Amino acid sequence: MAIPIQYNIRNLKLRKSATIMTALGIALTVTTAIFIMALLAGLNAAFANSGNPLNVLVLRKGATAELTAGGVDRDALPIMKDLPGVARDPQGQPLVSGEDLLVIVLPRRDGSGDANVTVRFMTPLGLEMRPEVKLLAGGRWFTPGQREITISKAVHDRFGQTNIGDTMWIGKGTWTVVGMFDAGGTGHDSEIWGDINQLAADFDRVTYNSVLMRATDAVATDALKNRVSDDQRLKLAGMLETEYWAKQTSSGAPIKYVGTIVGIIMAIGSCFAAMNTMYAAVAYRSREIATLRVIGFSRPSILTSFVFESLLLSLLGALIGIVLMLPFNGMTTGTNNFVTFSEAVFSLRLTPGVVTAAVMFAIAMGLIGGIAPAWHAAKGEILASLRD
Amino acid sequence: MTLTRFVTKNAFRNKRRSLLTLLSIGFSLLLLTVMMTVWRAFYLSNGSAESAQRLIVRHKVSLAQFMPISYRERIRSISGVKQVVNETWFGGQYKDDKPENFFAQFGTDPQEFFRVYSEFHIPEDQLEAWQRDRAGCVVDAELAKKHGWLIGDKLHIKGTIFPFDLELTIRGMYTAPDPTESIYFNNTYLDEGFPRVKGFVGFFGVLADSPQSVPGVAKAIDDLFRNTDRPTKSESEKAFNLDWIAMMGNVKAFILSICAAVVFATLLVSANTMAMSIRERTREVALLKTLGFTRGTVLTLFVAESVSLAAAGGLLGALGASFVVFLMAHSPQMSLVLTGVKTNAPTVLVAVLVGALVGALSSFVPAYNASRRNIVEGLRHIG
Repeated sequence: MAIPIQYNIRNLKLRKSATIMTALGIALTVTTAIFIMALLAGLNAAFANSGNPLNVLVLRKGATAELTAGGVDRDALPIMKDLPGVARDPQGQPLVSGEDLLVIVLPRRDGSGDANVTVRFMTPLGLEMRPEVKLLAGGRWFTPGQREITISKAVHDRFGQTNIGDTMWIGKGTWTVVGMFDAGGTGHDSEIWGDINQLAADFDRVTYNSVLMRATDAVATDALKNRVSDDQRLKLAGMLETEYWAKQTSSGAPIKYVGTIVGIIMAIGSCFAAMNTMYAAVAYRSREIATLRVIGFSRPSILTSFVFESLLLSLLGALIGIVLMLPFNGMTTGTNNFVTFSEAVFSLRLTPGVVTAAVMFAIAMGLIGGIAPAWHAAKGEILASLRD
Repeated sequence: MTLTRFVTKNAFRNKRRSLLTLLSIGFSLLLLTVMMTVWRAFYLSNGSAESAQRLIVRHKVSLAQFMPISYRERIRSISGVKQVVNETWFGGQYKDDKPENFFAQFGTDPQEFFRVYSEFHIPEDQLEAWQRDRAGCVVDAELAKKHGWLIGDKLHIKGTIFPFDLELTIRGMYTAPDPTESIYFNNTYLDEGFPRVKGFVGFFGVLADSPQSVPGVAKAIDDLFRNTDRPTKSESEKAFNLDWIAMMGNVKAFILSICAAVVFATLLVSANTMAMSIRERTREVALLKTLGFTRGTVLTLFVAESVSLAAAGGLLGALGASFVVFLMAHSPQMSLVLTGVKTNAPTVLVAVLVGALVGALSSFVPAYNASRRNIVEGLRHIG
């Protein structure tokens, strides 16, 4: 027969200050863990969902990122447009977009310094190929032939000098911000978009940094990718756009590393704190425990009861920790993207996965912290405890 | 029985509780010490004396844009500039893209390089060998040890930013005060391998004649190129390195919030322990007061007990932190950012002081209440 849960709940309520203090301590650890996990979840969401599965990204052979010296020769574009398997838009134009990238420096609004931001230059065809990116009301897309740029709303929120109407220096002159877009939390939310022909006028570029091609269906995508890579004339490498973006989740590596160290150290500290509280509770109630044994509750039931109380304590801490982090959900932040050499703008995401992991984390702390005191409670000799 | 002995005896009266408190506070303050060490390394240390005299000059708009090499001699003519060298980041891949195999490769001028980076030491004959071999390179001695390289070995670096690979021969090894995880080769190799970049370089390393002249020199350089089509941004080497760290995110805010959380958690743990300890000694306190000890003495005894426990936890934690920092500085993921970082005595002292302060603050309220409790009530207290 198990000891009723009411017993545990009442006891926790009885020693309020000890309960609250230990729960708060656990809550701090849980909050930190949630913060780190939410950052990583946000980064993953940004890149895992980026890219169209039917798109093939073409880079210069040997390049691992769009930003390289030299790129895809402009002469290669007509050849690529004629490759079999390339999809066409309603007007019959092959969906092949040559694009250029630049990296500029913008100041962060939170005062933590400047960071690199990627500017992507494309033709209107490039816009057509990305229908998932929505223009926000109050602005417009850049006009081909004008020095205009449309920026991601996330970039606008994170960096200064980016309001509609502001100008910024890119390349060899100023460009004006004319609108904002929302890329749905994907990798393009870290970018600024402009017209490629204006850029060409500045730089006499003879290459594209990358070419984006749309295939007609999933089978054609692989075929197209291989065809581009194998073509001896072109000296190019094709890859699935989704794979290219997925690689950029590696930017989370430092966060993961530091976060794991911080989380583990805090967790160990919290375990010891929980253990301390539970030992004190057991010592305080030694006569009660002996009485329970006299009544007929078995040793295992005492053990489970105390472990359960420890779990309740840590779950309370987890609840407080989750509530503390809720205001941060969706907060825009950024970190260095090692692949694009600029800032990856993403938002913190308190996904169900993160919350579940946090609760599991708290339960683990409660279990580890509670098992030793509970064992001690169950092990006690009845007569000795009654006499205390 | 002196008062000190009384305090220490009481601090460890319940060995298990004291040990757990020590461990809990210890781990919290370990984290605090690690954070403080990282903060010190990033924001407080000034680097070597030579580093304080150096500036980095790069393209104003982006590190990814190049500048003409002709800027070099124009920078040299500015007053306050002692030496200038051009450097270009090659960013290639050695073997594969695992973090253990990552190191920096820079194309530079073998004649000028060691004049600017004067704290890097290299034997004369090795330097000359490098200057004579256009396909040669010099490597950080630590890096060579890590990979088992010897002079004369060939290094194959796959180009990722540039569309060609490097075939370099190690001609020399330099020793630097802190690990640099870099190799340097002759920039002309870059020019020949990729003609389009000929005449352009990534950035300049400038040695000023004194640390005080660095800000003035930076401004002078930027003014010189302000209205050209490739304007520059010059800053001290330390500021340049800080920019890299800042790229990772709001690191300062992160460190500060972890420190705050840790101190708060320590406060909670210490307060909890002291509250429990004091509560179980209510009768004893009453006895002490009967014997003639004043309220003030009783208060001091309790606070001293808490302070010594928390300070001891701080010491333990700080010592453990030096181990964790060592691990982090040598891990492949963080070594580039945390080279040469270690805990030092002042940091340990701060951790101990924080512990002591937290111990004092957390015990004050329960100790005060205990000291003021009516003697008769205290004697009557059961449990």
